[in-house]
Amino acid sequence: MQKISVLLFLAWVCFLFYAGIALFTSGFLLTRLELTNHSSCQEPPGPGPLPWRSQGEPGACWMAARFSRVVLVLIDALRFDFAQPQRSHVPGEPSVSLPFLGKLGSLQRILEIQPHHARLYQSKADPPTTTMQRLKALTTGSLPTFIDAGSNFASYAIVEDNLIKQLTSAGRRVVFMGDDTWKDLFPGAFSQAFFFSSFNVRDLHTVDNGIMEHLYPTMDSGEWDVLIAHFLGVDHCGHKHGPHHPEMAKKLSQMDQVIQGIVERLENDTLLVVIGDHGMTKSGDHGGDSELEISAALFLYSPTALFLRAPPEEPEVVPQISLVPTLALLLGLPIPFGNIGEVMAELFSAVEDSQPHSSALAQATALYLNAQQVFRFLHTYSAAAQDLQVEEFHRLNNLFSKASADYLRLLQSPQGAEAALQTVITELQEFLRGVRAMCIESWARFSLVRMAGGAALLAAACFLCLLIAQWATSPGFHLRPLLLIPVAWGLAGVVVCAGLLATTELKLDPVVLGAVAAMGSVLHILWKAWAGWGSKRPLAALLPIPRPVLLLLLIRFAAFFSDSFVVAEARAIRFLLGSLILLLVAQLHWEGKLLPPKLLTIPRFSAPTGPSRHKGTHALGLGVGLLLCIRLAGLFHRCPEETPACHSSPWLSPLASMVGGRAKNLWYGACVGALVALLAAVRLWLRRYGNLKSPEPPVLFVRWGLPLMVLGTAAYWALSSGADEAPPRLRALVTGASVVLPRAVAGLAASGLLLLLWRPVTALAEATMGAPRMRTVLTPFSGPPTSQADLDYVVPQIYRHMQEEIRGRLERTKSQGPLTVAAYQLGSVYSAAMVTALTLLAFPLLLLHAERISLVFLLLFLQSFLLLHLLAAGIPITTSGPFTVPWQAVSAWALMATQTFYSTGHQPVFPTIHWHAAFVGFPEGHGSSTWLPALLVGANTFASHLLFAVGCPLLLLWPFLCESQGSQKRRQPHGNEAEARVGPEEGEEEPLMEMRLRDAPHHFNVALLQLGLKYLFVLGIQILACALAASILRRHLMVWKVFAPKFIFEAMGFIVSSVGLFLGLALVMRVDGAVSSWLQQLVLAQQR
Amino acid sequence: MKNADIKRLLYTHLLCIFSIILSIFIPSFFLENFSVLETHLMWLCICSVFVTAVNLVLYVVVKPNASSKRSSLSYKVTRFLKCCFYFLMSCFVFHVIFVLYGAPLIELVLETFLFAVILSTFTTVPCLCLLGPNLKAWLRVFSRNGVTSVWENSLQITTISSFLGTWLGAFPIPLDWERPWQVWPISCTLGATFGYVAGLIISPLWIYWNRKQLTYKNN
Repeated sequence: MQKISVLLFLAWVCFLFYAGIALFTSGFLLTRLELTNHSSCQEPPGPGPLPWRSQGEPGACWMAARFSRVVLVLIDALRFDFAQPQRSHVPGEPSVSLPFLGKLGSLQRILEIQPHHARLYQSKADPPTTTMQRLKALTTGSLPTFIDAGSNFASYAIVEDNLIKQLTSAGRRVVFMGDDTWKDLFPGAFSQAFFFSSFNVRDLHTVDNGIMEHLYPTMDSGEWDVLIAHFLGVDHCGHKHGPHHPEMAKKLSQMDQVIQGIVERLENDTLLVVIGDHGMTKSGDHGGDSELEISAALFLYSPTALFLRAPPEEPEVVPQISLVPTLALLLGLPIPFGNIGEVMAELFSAVEDSQPHSSALAQATALYLNAQQVFRFLHTYSAAAQDLQVEEFHRLNNLFSKASADYLRLLQSPQGAEAALQTVITELQEFLRGVRAMCIESWARFSLVRMAGGAALLAAACFLCLLIAQWATSPGFHLRPLLLIPVAWGLAGVVVCAGLLATTELKLDPVVLGAVAAMGSVLHILWKAWAGWGSKRPLAALLPIPRPVLLLLLIRFAAFFSDSFVVAEARAIRFLLGSLILLLVAQLHWEGKLLPPKLLTIPRFSAPTGPSRHKGTHALGLGVGLLLCIRLAGLFHRCPEETPACHSSPWLSPLASMVGGRAKNLWYGACVGALVALLAAVRLWLRRYGNLKSPEPPVLFVRWGLPLMVLGTAAYWALSSGADEAPPRLRALVTGASVVLPRAVAGLAASGLLLLLWRPVTALAEATMGAPRMRTVLTPFSGPPTSQADLDYVVPQIYRHMQEEIRGRLERTKSQGPLTVAAYQLGSVYSAAMVTALTLLAFPLLLLHAERISLVFLLLFLQSFLLLHLLAAGIPITTSGPFTVPWQAVSAWALMATQTFYSTGHQPVFPTIHWHAAFVGFPEGHGSSTWLPALLVGANTFASHLLFAVGCPLLLLWPFLCESQGSQKRRQPHGNEAEARVGPEEGEEEPLMEMRLRDAPHHFNVALLQLGLKYLFVLGIQILACALAASILRRHLMVWKVFAPKFIFEAMGFIVSSVGLFLGLALVMRVDGAVSSWLQQLVLAQQR
Repeated sequence: MKNADIKRLLYTHLLCIFSIILSIFIPSFFLENFSVLETHLMWLCICSVFVTAVNLVLYVVVKPNASSKRSSLSYKVTRFLKCCFYFLMSCFVFHVIFVLYGAPLIELVLETFLFAVILSTFTTVPCLCLLGPNLKAWLRVFSRNGVTSVWENSLQITTISSFLGTWLGAFPIPLDWERPWQVWPISCTLGATFGYVAGLIISPLWIYWNRKQLTYKNN
C-alpha cells in the first residue's frame, strides 16, 4: 500500500467530516451580515424631499413627534394568553382556571373603559426566542440570528443601528432598570441605569424588587424621556416552576400592580408600552419556534386618545419588530437603518381632525417612510451579501417603485379619493411584508433537514472510521479500491445533484453539493459493510474498543448533552483523563506487567512477553507523575461565567498587568526557566537517542536556532511586561523590538521547519558508513535496486549489515564511540523528526499566549512524554507487524488535547477568546487585513489541538523507541569497563527500534492509516455529540449560550486537529521517503 | 466445602450490610438532629467505626484463613500495630489521590480526609483482616488469576465495586440540581457506600453462579 493513497484516504475521510459539519452548520447556525450604517435626521431615507407634514415642526425628524416620552415595560416571557382578557364564561364549556389566566386585570379594565386609548396585540416574535436575541430585535428591528457576521465577539454590544442609539444621539435621556443583559448590549448608552444580575434563574424576586424600588421615584422625578423597565420574574418563574404553578399567579398579579401604578402616574404626552419579549412552552422554557414560545403580549396605552376605532373582538396579530419603526416615528426619530419591521399604521391616524382622508394620508406617509427605509436597507444589504433570493428581490423592487409612484402622485393631488389612498397603503404593506418574509426565509429558520443530514453524515463518517480501522489489519486489505470507488460514486452523486438543481433552476449551493458528494461516496462502503455483516462478522467484532475505554468514550459522548457538564468540562476532562491513567496502571498490574514476578508469590502461568516486563516497573511512577502534572496544569484554569463562586487563576493574565516588582521578576524568571527547561529537555532527549550528533542541518538548527528562539522569546517578554517602565528615550527602540522579536522567532521556527522538511534524516551518514572496508551487502542483488519493492527488501538487509559491521568493528577497536550511536540514530529517526517539529511548532504558539502559560507548555511536553512511556509499557513489541495503536492510547491523547485547551486558559465561549494574540508582533493592529489576526487568534485558541494532532504519530513510534531502554541499561555498566564486555549480551541483537517499522512497509502504512482513523473517530464522536446535543436541545435555555458555542469550538478544533494530524502523518512519510533515499545513496556509494 | 464457604460468606456479608444500616438508624436515638446528609461527617465516623468493628468481629469468629502459626502476644501486638499503620497509610494515600483527582487542596481538608477514611474502611480493612499486613499478598489478590479462595475472590469484588461506586459518585457533582447531596464529598461517600453494599451483595451470588468455573489453586 502506498503512502500517497493513505494520505488521500484520510483526506477523503476528513472531507466527509467537513461536509457533515458544513451541512449541519448551514442548517443550525443561521448567519446574517451586520451592517453598521446609521440612519440620521438630516438624511431622508429615500430620494426626494421628506413627505407630507414632516418639515417645519420643531423636533421633527422624518416625521413629527407624537409623544415626547415613553415608558417601556418589558416583562420577560409575557406570553400572549397571560395578558389576554378573561372572556365571560361560556355556558357549556367547563370553566378552566389556570393560574396565569386573567391576572393582568388592569389591562382589561383600561381596555374596557378607554377603548380608544389602549390596544392589546398578539405580537409574534421571531425565533430564536432567547432574551438577548429578542432584545436585539426589539431595538434594531431586524432578525438577529445566533451569529451575526461582523459582530464583535469580544463583547455583546450591538453594532447595528438601534433605537437606543437614535434616542441618545437625539439627546433624549434614557433611563434603564432591570436585567443586566442591557448593560452588555448598550454599554454607556443610558443616562441613568439600575442593573440587576440576571444570572440566577431560580431567583424570582431580586430583579423585580430592585426595579420597583427605583421605578416610581424615577418616574416622579421627571428626569427621563424614555424609561425602560425589564422585569425578569415571570421568566424565571417559568423556568423554575412552569406557567401552571401558583407562583406564576402571584408574579403576574405583582406585574399587574406595577402597571397599575405606572398608569396612574402617566402624563398626557407619554406612551406606555407593555411587552413580552417572547412566550414560554408548557414547561416554561423558550428558545425555539413553537406557537407558545413566539406569541407574546403587546399592550399600548396613552392618556390621550390613540385610535380612531374601538378594538376588534379578537386582538390583532402583529410581528414583534413592528414596534421599532412605530416607536421611532411616534417619538420623532429616524427609523434604525437595519429595520425590516412594518409600522403599525393604525397608530398614525390623526385623531383630532377625524377626517378619513387626512388620517389615511398620515398612515400612508408613515408607511411610505418605512418602506423607503426598508428599501434603502435592502439595497445596501444585497450589495454587501448574496444570501437574498434574486427573483423575489426583483419582484419587491418593482412593487416598491409602483407603490412609491402611486403615493407621490396622490401627494400631488391632495384631493384624491380615500380609496386610492387605501390601495397605496395596501401596496406598501404588501411590499413590507414581502421583505420580511424574504428575510425570514433566508435568516431565521432552523433547517431540520439539513441538521439531520449533517448529523447523519457525521455518524456515517465515524462509523466508517471504526470499520476501516478494523478492516485495515485484515490480511487482504487494499486501499485503492476503497478509495477509487467512493470517489466515483461521489462524483456521480454531484453530477446527478447538479443536473437536478440545474433542471429545476435552483441556486447551486456548494454545501449541499459537497454533502451529496460525501453521502454518495460513503453509501458504497456502508452498503458493503451491510452486505458483509450478516454472513461473517458478529456484532461484537464491530466494536473492537476495549470495554473500559468504550465506557469512558460513552461518558464523554453523553456529557455533551448536559449543559452542566459542558460548563464544567475542564474539571470533567481532568477527571476522565486521571481515570484513564489509573485504569492503564491498574490494567498493567492486572496483567502482571507492573511489578517483576519475583514480588508475587505465585508464579504466572501465562508468562508475559519478554521485553515489556522490564519497562513496567516504572509504570506506577509514571502514572503518579501524570496525575501530578494534570493536577498542576489544572491550577491554570479560567472559570466559566456560569459558576460565580469559582475564581479564575490569576496566573493567566500577562505579566504586564502585575503590580509588584519583585513578584513580577520572580515570575519572569520562572517563565524563562520553563523555556530553558523545555529546550534542555528536548536537547537531552535528542542526545539520549544520539540524534544530536548528526551534522544534518535540522540538528544544527536544534543546537543553535532553538536557543536563539528562547532568547528572542525571553527578550520579548521582558519588553512587553515592562514596556510602560521604559525610559522615554528608549520607547521607540522598545516598540521596534516588540515588533521585530516575535516575527523573528516565528521566522526562525518556520525556517527550522523548512530545514526539517528538506533534510529530515537526522542520522550520521558517511562519517561512519562510508568506510571502504565493507563487505558486499547483498547477495541476491547485483546492481542498484530498480524498483520500490527491491528497495523495500534491500534496505532492511543493509541495516542489519550495518549493525554487523559496527559490531565487528567494535570488537576490533574495543571502543564505543559514535559507532554504536549510529544505530540508535537510525532507530529513532522518525521520532527525532517529530519531536523537533513539535518543539519548533510549540515556540511560536507559546509566544502567542501570556507569559506564564509557558509553564503549562512545559507541563504539556512533560505529561505527553510520561503518557507515551506509560502507554509503551503496555504494548508488547511486535516484531514484524501488524502494528496497532491501542484505543486507550488514542483516547488518552485526545483527552489530553482537550485538557490542555482548558489549562492554557481557554473556554469554549466567545467572550473568553484571547484577542490580544492578534497583536503579538503587530502592536499597531493589522489595518484592513482580517486573515492574519484571525490566524493568530486561531493559533492561540487551538494550539493544543494542533500540537497533539501533529504529535499523534508518536503514539505509534514510541513503543519501538522504548525498546532500546532495556538493552541500553544493561550496556551502561559495561561501557566503563571495556574488558568485561564479553558477556551474554554479546550475541544478542541490537534493538532495531523504529527500523522495525521500515522492515514491514505495508504494515507501517496500515498502522499510520489506522492511527489516523482512530484519532479521527475519537474526535468525530465529540463533534457528533455536539451536533446532536445542539439539535436535540435547540429549545433549551442554554442553547445559544452553551451548546452552540461548544459546537462551533468543537468544529473548529476538529478542523485544526484533522489538518494537524494530516501534517504529522505526512511528516512521518516524508521522513520515511528520505530514509529510503538516504539508504539508497549508501548502496550506490558502496557499489562504486 | 465450597458451598459451605459461600454460605458463610453470604452471612458475613449480610452482617456487614446490617452494620451499615444500623449506622444510619441507631445514632438518631442518641444524638439530636442526626441525619446522614446534614451531619455527614458524624455519620462517616460512625459508619467507619461500625464497619470496622463488624469486620474485626467476623474475622475473629469466622477465621477465613487460620494460618497464623505463631501466636505469641508480641507477634500479635506488632501485627496489630502494623495493621493500624497500614490503615493510616492507606488513608493518606487515598487523600493524596483525591487531591490529584481534583479535590480542593486546602479547603475542606477534614471532609476529604474522612472520605479517605471511609473508603479505607471499605477496602483496606477487609484486606487487612483477610490478608494481614502483607503487601505481596494484596498485590497477588488484585491481579489476574491471583485469588486462592472464595474469601479472596469476594474481597476482590467488593473492593473493586467500592472504588467503582466512589468513581461514579463523582459524576453528579457538576450538575446544577442544587441538591444537598451534591456537595463534595457527600456524593462520593454515598457512592462508595452503595458500591460497597452492592459488592457485598453481588460477590456471593456471582461466586455461586460461577462456582463451576472457579478453580482455586490451593483448594
